[in-house]
Amino acid sequence: MSRILEEARDRFLALAGEAPPAGGLALLREVGLEAFAEQGLPDTKQEEWRYTRLTPLAEIAWTNAPAAIGVKQSSLEAAAEPVFGCEPVVFVDGRHRAGLPGGAGAGEVAALAESAEAPALLGTLAEARSHPFVGLNGALCQDGARVTLRGEAPCLVHLVFAEATEAAASHPRVLIEAAPGSRGTVIVDHVSLEETTHLANAVLEVEVGANASLDLVVLQRQGKRSFHAGHVAGRVERDGRLRTHTLTLGGAFVRNDLVVTLVGEGAECAMKGLYLGTGEELIDNHTWIDHSVPQCRSDELYKGVLAGRSQGVFRGRVVVRPDAQKTEAQQSNPNLLLSDDAEIDSKPQLEIYADDVKCSHGSAIGRLDPEALFYLRSRGIDVDEARALLTRGFAGEVLAALPEPTLAEAVGALFSERLERAGESP
Amino acid sequence: MPETLEDLAEREYEHGFVTEIETERIPKGLSEEIVRIISSKKDEPEWLLEWRLKALARFQQMLARGQHPSWAQVSYPEIDFQDMYYYAAPKPKKQLESLDEVDPELLATYDKLGIPLAEQKRLAGVAVDAVFDSVSVATTYKEELAKQGILFGSFSDAVKQHPELVRKYLGSVVPYSDNFFAALNSAVFSDGSFAYIPAGVRCPMELSTYFRINAQETGQFERTLIVAEEGSYVSYLEGCTAPMRDENQLHAAVVELVALDDAEIKYSTVQNWYPGDKNGKGGIYNFVTKRGACRGRRSKISWTQVETGSAITWKYPSCLLQGDESVGEFYSVALTNNMQQADTGTKMIHLGKNTKSTIISKGISAGRGQQSYRGLVRIGPRAEGARNYSQCDSLLLGDRCGAHTFPYLEVKNASSTVEHEATTSKIGEDQLFYCRQRGLSEEDAISMIVNGFCKEVLRELPMEFAVEAQKLLDISLEGSVG
Repeated sequence: MSRILEEARDRFLALAGEAPPAGGLALLREVGLEAFAEQGLPDTKQEEWRYTRLTPLAEIAWTNAPAAIGVKQSSLEAAAEPVFGCEPVVFVDGRHRAGLPGGAGAGEVAALAESAEAPALLGTLAEARSHPFVGLNGALCQDGARVTLRGEAPCLVHLVFAEATEAAASHPRVLIEAAPGSRGTVIVDHVSLEETTHLANAVLEVEVGANASLDLVVLQRQGKRSFHAGHVAGRVERDGRLRTHTLTLGGAFVRNDLVVTLVGEGAECAMKGLYLGTGEELIDNHTWIDHSVPQCRSDELYKGVLAGRSQGVFRGRVVVRPDAQKTEAQQSNPNLLLSDDAEIDSKPQLEIYADDVKCSHGSAIGRLDPEALFYLRSRGIDVDEARALLTRGFAGEVLAALPEPTLAEAVGALFSERLERAGESP
Repeated sequence: MPETLEDLAEREYEHGFVTEIETERIPKGLSEEIVRIISSKKDEPEWLLEWRLKALARFQQMLARGQHPSWAQVSYPEIDFQDMYYYAAPKPKKQLESLDEVDPELLATYDKLGIPLAEQKRLAGVAVDAVFDSVSVATTYKEELAKQGILFGSFSDAVKQHPELVRKYLGSVVPYSDNFFAALNSAVFSDGSFAYIPAGVRCPMELSTYFRINAQETGQFERTLIVAEEGSYVSYLEGCTAPMRDENQLHAAVVELVALDDAEIKYSTVQNWYPGDKNGKGGIYNFVTKRGACRGRRSKISWTQVETGSAITWKYPSCLLQGDESVGEFYSVALTNNMQQADTGTKMIHLGKNTKSTIISKGISAGRGQQSYRGLVRIGPRAEGARNYSQCDSLLLGDRCGAHTFPYLEVKNASSTVEHEATTSKIGEDQLFYCRQRGLSEEDAISMIVNGFCKEVLRELPMEFAVEAQKLLDISLEGSVG
């Protein structure tokens, strides 16, 4: 570990000492602290971090998020607006602020710090030792949410994690439980209230019960100077279905880890991802699907658009355990490079220990098809618009899988706006 | 051929015999002294000894720091580098001038392998430089090649006769500090092959070496260097077998290829080292560094390999595409059965403009075999218009084997196009049923399907090799199905 990373680790450890006690989260904090102290921050010699340098993150002197809200009431209200069809539950700098209890049609949402039994359930799916940022999240976690979906009526929950304070690091933890037979959509929405440099290090633990069906949308639309580490650990029981939508629209540094284990026969997992890098952003997506029992299916599609001097990293791991016969697993990672200075490092990976399987993966990297551009231009569409159309079309496949059409529209508009604002054409 | 499945399953390694010829060995262990002995035995010039010693220092430094590569998906007990012989040569009885003078027992060994030198000599078109435990004992067709200005012979002879060429190119593609096993090889390499194709010459026959590890507890550390001058063409074949031994033997070779403007090198390997018995006892550790540099414009290097042997294979034939419009190709069939492990693949490093690379990798895993494709495609920022296509398919036979794919794609140029596809599946029940319905036995049906699966690669092999490779696949697979 380099000196910079070591110093950053020590600063984080010191922050854990200074953080206010968080009641029921004491055990999570203790386990997390121990795990993080042991692991520290990884360097690029570690395979999982080969393309992702943590030095920029380690150079910042992070502080614990303040207890008082330092933002204007108006921006808080803006964050609490029901954009996706339900009242959001708002967390500012990692602590719950507004919107509880959930709005119409929502499942049960409880703030973690106020919940009595929830903390005991934490850390089983996302183990502190499994990942340095999970340990860090545990060590410094102040608050979070517990979302429970019950019954057959579909529910929609919108959690907003808004970051505001300069140099503050927040470590929210979310526990999502889809009870057997339940259906629903949970949107975890990361936004910046101010253009500040902040770190959101969120950990989501997702349990999908037998026959349950859950759409998990992780929308990351923080500001240009924000740092983001998101870890999702999911488990799907018999005949359960988990569909994840990881939409990353920017940030100076974004690292998403998504680990799903299929533990019951007939379980299904679909992972969709869209990432847009502009400027000098670094966007890293690590996914891992673990087929541990027979007769499961997984399907993964991660699409990347990289412009400016941005760097994209994709590593998708599909593991089929020795007894997981009749597994079907597909994985695909197409990437679009919009500029000569953009970079993509893609590493799809199949590890198969069973024989009666159908598995495939693919990865492609290229630019906008000159013939398609010519076709559009020959029909009178100017080059910028043609590029915009094609890029938006490329992203459309992922957006089309979103559970709510309004969500697809909103994210699509945001996608185009970010690309345009970055000064890239479109 | 009414052999029962059991007979086939029990079939032992065909090439497992030990040739009783006197070998000359130096003491076990690795030290500066050993390196000096090897060097002096070969009458090497001072610069080469110095190079070896630098490599040794680097190796010992890596060993001390615990930099033994551990990233591959293979597992084996720690290797004791002091408990090995680093040099073994058949004792020279006298200078050899023709094949007739070669030890008849040695010739008989080749007979058993099915590549008798005597016959090869008559068979037009193949020149064999046979490497028998490190020292090249006979080279055929040398004179005919010499007429065209082609230099082909043992590495030690090349050091003596063409030191300027060896010095210019040795280590220029795989430097001694490149990796752990390359450093070891650079320090103790005993012999190997050297080929030099002058400008504008199309090598009239396929050059060929045959490696065989014979003496007990020796590592074979050969070094191959092929230089293709402007506009030349050469096709080079390499085949490997090893007799049965209980201990694991280490094979750490280095192959360097240099292709200048418009030159083309085709390098084919059939590797059939002893894979160990069905419980994983014995076998060869095949830790090889192979790399070709397409230095010139429009140069081309093509690697074709059929890997059916070795207990462990750790091998990544690579291409450095430096020249504009240069082309790199990698065709591979790897088969693991019983306890075999293979971690193999390629690296295509695109540096020049409009460079192209193709990767076709077919893996077959049976028994408890584990195999991985590990490949890197890197498009540098200046590699305008670079193009890569990779396809990696795995076929699984049996429920205890594994197949893994680890491609790395690193792209820093937007005008490039990179595609990677991989599939893993078992032989379809319907395919088998179709064949059996038409009267084929299950064995034959599987053999046919496997051969079809590998066809894209096998057809890249020169004819003689393709036949051998197909036979090897059948033999290696028999008994593993049903």
